[in-house]
Amino acid sequence: MAARSLPPAAEEMPSPWAPVPFRVAQRTAETSDTVTLVLTPARDAPEFPFAPGQFNMLYAFGVGEAAISISGDPAAPGSLVHTVRTAGKVSGALAAAGPGTIVGVRGPYGSAWPLAAAEGKDVVLVAGGLGLPPLRPALYTMLADRGKFGRIEVIYGARTPKDLVFYRQVQEWRARTDLRFQTTVDAADRSWYGDVGLVTARVPDLRVDPANTVAFLCGPEVMLKFTVQALVAKGMTEDQVYVSLERNMKCAIGLCGHCQLGPEFVCRDGPVFRYSDVRRYLTVREL
Amino acid sequence: MTESAQVGGRYVLDRADFPAFLDGMRAAGYRVVGPTVRDRAIVYGEVRAVTDLPIGWTDRQEAGQYRLERRSDEALFGYNVGPHSWKKYLFPAHERLWTATTTDGSFEVRPEPDDATPLAFLGVRACELAAIRVQDRVFGLAGDPTYARRRRSVLRVAVECGQAGRTCFCVSMGTGPAVHDEVDLALTEVLEGDRHYFLLHVGSDRGARVLTDVPLRPASPVEEGAAADRVASAAASMGRSLTTTGIRDVLVNQPDHPRWAIVARRCLACTNCTMACPTCFCQSTEEVPDLSGEKVERWRRWDSCFNSQFSAVHGTSVRQSTQSRYRQWLTHKFGTWHDQFGESGCVGCGRCITWCPVGIDVTEEAAALREPARPTVPSASKGTTP
Repeated sequence: MAARSLPPAAEEMPSPWAPVPFRVAQRTAETSDTVTLVLTPARDAPEFPFAPGQFNMLYAFGVGEAAISISGDPAAPGSLVHTVRTAGKVSGALAAAGPGTIVGVRGPYGSAWPLAAAEGKDVVLVAGGLGLPPLRPALYTMLADRGKFGRIEVIYGARTPKDLVFYRQVQEWRARTDLRFQTTVDAADRSWYGDVGLVTARVPDLRVDPANTVAFLCGPEVMLKFTVQALVAKGMTEDQVYVSLERNMKCAIGLCGHCQLGPEFVCRDGPVFRYSDVRRYLTVREL
Repeated sequence: MTESAQVGGRYVLDRADFPAFLDGMRAAGYRVVGPTVRDRAIVYGEVRAVTDLPIGWTDRQEAGQYRLERRSDEALFGYNVGPHSWKKYLFPAHERLWTATTTDGSFEVRPEPDDATPLAFLGVRACELAAIRVQDRVFGLAGDPTYARRRRSVLRVAVECGQAGRTCFCVSMGTGPAVHDEVDLALTEVLEGDRHYFLLHVGSDRGARVLTDVPLRPASPVEEGAAADRVASAAASMGRSLTTTGIRDVLVNQPDHPRWAIVARRCLACTNCTMACPTCFCQSTEEVPDLSGEKVERWRRWDSCFNSQFSAVHGTSVRQSTQSRYRQWLTHKFGTWHDQFGESGCVGCGRCITWCPVGIDVTEEAAALREPARPTVPSASKGTTP
């Protein structure tokens, strides 16, 4: 009599809708509109394991929820790190949350960067703008186990030097000799000594073995498309490229319908996709 | 004549004993909801007495049209489906998910308590049973506890259709008009000369329990045959049909078909189809703080992929044109639903056709999308390829 696909009885199910309170332990300004929040559980709570590339629904009490990717180190799950840019009411309230403020967390949600598949291979990370925070957990993980991976090449582009996040850390990464971390900006002033131009312009110069490389891309969709083209021109194939996509994620459990892209619920099946699996959807206007 | 009803048994319930059947459901602790006449439409509401049912009424439906008319008999279920579907009970159009209050500098979330009386759904059509099954899958995969709680307590009393509406196409979608789904009770209404009775099939223990004090007798082969004839005649008189073979690929593989631009010239993006659809599940949540800012309620309400902000990322909609929103709805319903849930999202009830204010007909659109895109077909969209 019970229907075939009914879930277990409600009393056995935790509510997927209820945020768990976390306290802002630290707030660091990254740019004029972007901050990094370090969160710790407001009450006794188990550690918060997550995989690089996943996101949480962050809740500003009385304001609402926003999907924010986790930008911290997976090896330190005692605290949760998110980098938030003020884009609307909710992200604005979150970005304004000073130390001690209580915010809500639901998660972690979504797919992860396929780090296991990257072992033994060269790895290219390409980040545009606020695309770096969702890639940082992958970089932490690879650097913590550096010997498992081949060459690591990072290209990080921002509109101007003032829009670079994790500035001090980026300097440290650039100084390392076991990875190449390139930064480029669309428009520079006299203070900038680095490259000027799009991230795609740095791709031909990547020193990787195209046949034995995986690439993780996060940034605006137009950047993703052109970066994939550049990587393919370099000799890689689209199935070696993974992208993190952004859609309107409200529920994060594949139910509200807002984030659909073709058959994919970006919140549940993504945000990280193999490019060859979603290419056909990204090339249709307004899909 | 009364005997205890057995699961799997087929009985006859006389029209005169229908009030006893309603009493039986209430005695078992159910609040009975079913078809009632309101605002010149048959809508689902509380059924306290048999006179609350649409006795002697039928519905005449066409694309963009719905009219109630008198029947020549006193049938209780002599109509097809109205603008409501059972999702309004299982997935209410507006419901509170939780309440949170600030305490000691933190906040505490209290999920909505479960204190509702179990419902008996009286008059569930075969297509609607299929729709409930479809939503069971959607909400089940997402692990939605409030849906599961309500769904588990519901008594489903199906009534097979004895006639088909002009916008019906359940035969095409393989969902009706005969009830094949698991169900608690299934009725078929028979009016023959001066006889008026229901063939009653008992599908579950829960169904059998409400029949304890209801006068029943075993159905004769003649009575079973009369009921089967009714359903067969409904099956033979479907108002619409839709070819489902390969429909997923037809939709998914043709995002640039010129038909999308043609239908978009008529579509008002009013969301009626998605509200009337018994399987559409899209929703939004809203945050409702009180004036003190110390108490907040989280509500959810039905949303629609036709709303302009539905796909908005940072304030800009992915799907700005009506064309892209209609394409999303139809492609999801008949196409990508298969990828997501292993079945079609359409059950062939015809509500979206009837309740479309401009009479857009999904069966017509699906057929047109099967036609090869010809250069001679005018297209309003720059982006389409012939």
